[in-house]
Amino acid sequence: MASSSSPSLMDSLFQRSLDDIIKGLRHQQAGESAFVSKVLEEVRREIKSTDSHTKSTALQKLTYLHSICFVDMSWAAFHAIECISYPNFTHKKVGYLAISQSFQESTPVILLISNQLRKDLKSNVEVEVSLALECLSRIGNLDLCRDLTPEVFTLMASSRIPVRKKAIGVVLRLFGKYPDAVRVCFKRLVESLESSDSPPIVSAVIGVFCELASKDPKAYLPLAPEFYKILVDSRNNWVLIKVLKIFTKLAPLEPRLAKKIVEPICELMSKTGAKSLMFECIRTILTSLAEHESAVKLAAGRINELLIDEDPNLRYLGLHALAIVAPKHIWAVLENKEFVIKSLSDPDPNIKLESLRLVMAMVSESNVVEICRVLVNYATKSEPEFCNVILGSILSTCSNNVYEIIVDFDWYVSLLGEMSRIQHCQKGDEIENQLIDIGLRVQDVRPELVRVGRDLLMDPALLGNPFLHRILSAAAWLCGEYVEFIRNPVELMESLLQPRTSLLPPSVRAVYLESAFKALVFCLHSYLQSATSSDHSALGLSDPGVSSQSYDEYSGAHGENGEESGTTLIQENHITPDSVLRLLNLIDMAVGPLSGSYDVEIQERTRNILGFTELIKPVLSDSLHPQDERHKQQAEASKMVRLLHDTFSDELGPVSMSAQGRVPVPDGLVLYENLADLEAVCGSSLPASSATISFEGSHNVEGATSIFISDQKEESEPSSESTSLLAEHRKRHGLYYLPSEKNTEHHEANNDYPPANELKSGVTVSNDAQDLAKLAEQSFLPKRKSKQVKARPVVVKLDEGDVLPISSKIPQAKDDSLSEAVRDVLLGNEADADTLTQKAAADSVSRKKGKEKLNAKEQEDDLDHMDSQSGTVQNPVKERSKRSSRKQNADEGDHGGDKGKQKRRHRHGKHRTREGVQNPPANVISQTPVPDLLL
Amino acid sequence: MIKAVMVMNTQGKPRLTKFYEFLPVEKQQGIIRTVFGVLCSRAENVSNFMEADSIFGPDSRLVYKHYATLYFVFVFDSSENELAMLDLIQVFVETLDKCFRNVCELDIVFNYSKLHTILDEIIFGGQVLETSSAEVMKVVEEISRQESASNSIGLVTKTVSGWRNR
Repeated sequence: MASSSSPSLMDSLFQRSLDDIIKGLRHQQAGESAFVSKVLEEVRREIKSTDSHTKSTALQKLTYLHSICFVDMSWAAFHAIECISYPNFTHKKVGYLAISQSFQESTPVILLISNQLRKDLKSNVEVEVSLALECLSRIGNLDLCRDLTPEVFTLMASSRIPVRKKAIGVVLRLFGKYPDAVRVCFKRLVESLESSDSPPIVSAVIGVFCELASKDPKAYLPLAPEFYKILVDSRNNWVLIKVLKIFTKLAPLEPRLAKKIVEPICELMSKTGAKSLMFECIRTILTSLAEHESAVKLAAGRINELLIDEDPNLRYLGLHALAIVAPKHIWAVLENKEFVIKSLSDPDPNIKLESLRLVMAMVSESNVVEICRVLVNYATKSEPEFCNVILGSILSTCSNNVYEIIVDFDWYVSLLGEMSRIQHCQKGDEIENQLIDIGLRVQDVRPELVRVGRDLLMDPALLGNPFLHRILSAAAWLCGEYVEFIRNPVELMESLLQPRTSLLPPSVRAVYLESAFKALVFCLHSYLQSATSSDHSALGLSDPGVSSQSYDEYSGAHGENGEESGTTLIQENHITPDSVLRLLNLIDMAVGPLSGSYDVEIQERTRNILGFTELIKPVLSDSLHPQDERHKQQAEASKMVRLLHDTFSDELGPVSMSAQGRVPVPDGLVLYENLADLEAVCGSSLPASSATISFEGSHNVEGATSIFISDQKEESEPSSESTSLLAEHRKRHGLYYLPSEKNTEHHEANNDYPPANELKSGVTVSNDAQDLAKLAEQSFLPKRKSKQVKARPVVVKLDEGDVLPISSKIPQAKDDSLSEAVRDVLLGNEADADTLTQKAAADSVSRKKGKEKLNAKEQEDDLDHMDSQSGTVQNPVKERSKRSSRKQNADEGDHGGDKGKQKRRHRHGKHRTREGVQNPPANVISQTPVPDLLL
Repeated sequence: MIKAVMVMNTQGKPRLTKFYEFLPVEKQQGIIRTVFGVLCSRAENVSNFMEADSIFGPDSRLVYKHYATLYFVFVFDSSENELAMLDLIQVFVETLDKCFRNVCELDIVFNYSKLHTILDEIIFGGQVLETSSAEVMKVVEEISRQESASNSIGLVTKTVSGWRNR
């Protein structure tokens, strides 16, 4: 039916209207998209029509589909432009709506509307002018704004209030896109501030200034007296809110201004009935007038009113206000601590989040343990999303500034372990980072870290949770790296190589294998050591410093575990020839099959381990039995093992972020060479044979800590629970594991082990409310006696580069030139606006080029410039030196665009003469832009 | 500055969308879907704010109000007051109510361009220019007058419904 080229008479006669389309859409149940594409086809045909009505109706339908069914309409840009040129108002309006909904600055045909906009801006019909202004405010780009600035300037003085109001509104767009418009319109904008006879105008102007000041408040400081007048006189809540927003930005720049506005704002806050205005007053005081103690007290009083309100919005904003005040006046939060804690269980998610933020703000060294305990407890009972928010905020608060508030790292590390076991925990990455970070930074906590890591590794259930894989990777790495603190390395090996590790992703599995390798070397090393020393002394082993210290702590921390400590264990960690054999068999069985893995990391590590066992096996198996040859063989074996052991026992420290940059590039090293040739070389060479491993013998032997295991210190078993898990697992996979002979009698008692995800915490779930209440009573008491037994361990910090450097703010060219223009106008340095109206358009094109280069320089310059104006008492000498330095700056800027340079010099020249007139050379308050208000 | 105004029904169908910074349609659709996903999961009688930084970038706030089958959503930045924005939604809805006498979703469905006219009188290029629904009504009536005047000059209406309504 579609006659492609020219629409048939029937088609154009019976064109469907927008209403028809809407009705049609409503009746489509399933095939909506088919309907839409059919309509779109019609629109494409109709829009080409020469009849204005047909065209505009088609465009209207398209605009509708665009905003309701998300159909692309960029192809119709030209048709929209045609529509706005129709004299018929309805058609014009359709066109303008289409343009403002679909155009962007880069729309190719956008410049074609310039003339039509100008025509409509000059129209006698008020609503047409409004349409054009609205359009300009939405899509105005540099060219449009530059071209139409004179028309807008005229309209700013219009006698018709609705038009004038919109002209003022559009000024914001002009300034943003074309900063030179400031030189034309700014004066009139400021004058409009004083048109107190028509509130809509004031409201519009204040809105514009609020937006402008939020980008660069300094430039508008000179207008403070005008704003102040409005603050005192206006009765319009909208206007007052905007003025307060402006003062929030201005007050921090000028202490005397702050002093001046405190009183009226406080008065406003206590008198107003509008909650929105009251909240804005509170926010202004808390953000910008926080030094004024009495005002903050008043504001805190109003916050309390908000907190007890029935409306959840007000409660939420009350908490939000507390969060603003928290950094400077924590007392205001502490006063409301009961409410804050109670709000954690509010049904409203916003309130919950905000109160969590506040709880974290109250955390300090003395209460971090209690707060975290309650929060973790609370997290286990929250829905997954909030649970993770809680965990995330605990993690970030505790790690803030290199674990500043943590004193007891043993506690924190076990908290991390506990958090990993929370069912919904998805913070694996963060926990992984912190575990390793703490391991590297805090030497004293390593035994506890290893214990936590071991417990995690031993629990076969955890391997099934993908969110925990990163944590397990960290645990595996820690246990491998600090294997000397492991009580039973054989057991560790078994958990690192348990069958369920096949569930891990290759990258984590590679870490497991590497750690198993480290543990194996450690086992063999201590076996050989003990074998040597057992010739001299019996089984009792000499005990180097590190291990004894670590085990002391160990039993200190976990000896109180009640019944368990009595019934514990066996001399597991003494490595017998049997267990060595068992280990080697285990390696063969578990690692052997992986040598064919497709993952290169796994394969590489597997080959390393297997290669090593191949080497060591013949030597060891001989040494296991015949008494006489033993010494010779052992010497050989221990030489091999020691080499490896030394490799692994070098200490790894945290590395500064900037470390790489400090490495000098050696002479003759070409970093940017094309490596294409390398491919040919690599492609042909075969992978090296895996069984040969060569190790450098140049290791620092004194640094290596060989650990002897002492059997006197074995009474306490750190966590019988995870051992029992392993035992249970062994039962299930009995075929695989070698029997755990001695463990069984102990574990018969608690064979019904708890499920993997249950928390070990003694606190039962039911008394949570009680807990919260208790927390409210106790932990926030400012004078809590700290019952620290241990001093805070040393935390390694790097001088620099501990955190990523915060990228310095790049000055925005546009804002810059805008505020520069504003300053110029405010200082009266420009010629009359009227002459500029014509000049501006021509001028801007040529200026554009030079300006870009100059921006950076000018900004510096401007800051300087502002300094001298900021109204503080200044030493004339300093002033002079500043000026001369500025002059230097100007001179240095020689390579900038000529035009810009001239202009700047010109400005400075004027400025200087002004200073000369106003400032006598004595110690005077330098000329300040807001004198009448501030003095 | 107001960044966006959205009206959608409780099934997630958009009824009015206005983004004051240009966004491609696919993005608009994604945003509406995300916002609706959060809104419909929220209980009644909770506060009317929503975390919006992840959707609209930093320094974004979102308030919404739920009337019968419709959600009215305003997105804005720190230059606006949260409670004032809630009031502004109220102003918008009141104006609609005055305009359509007991406004319901159907009015909003069928009066697409009038909706834009009303909204444009209240929010101008992202700035709040009018907060009195009486003032807005005055202008909207003036625009309607202009529209019908321009239509009566025009030829016979050509649309099917135009014929039918005679």
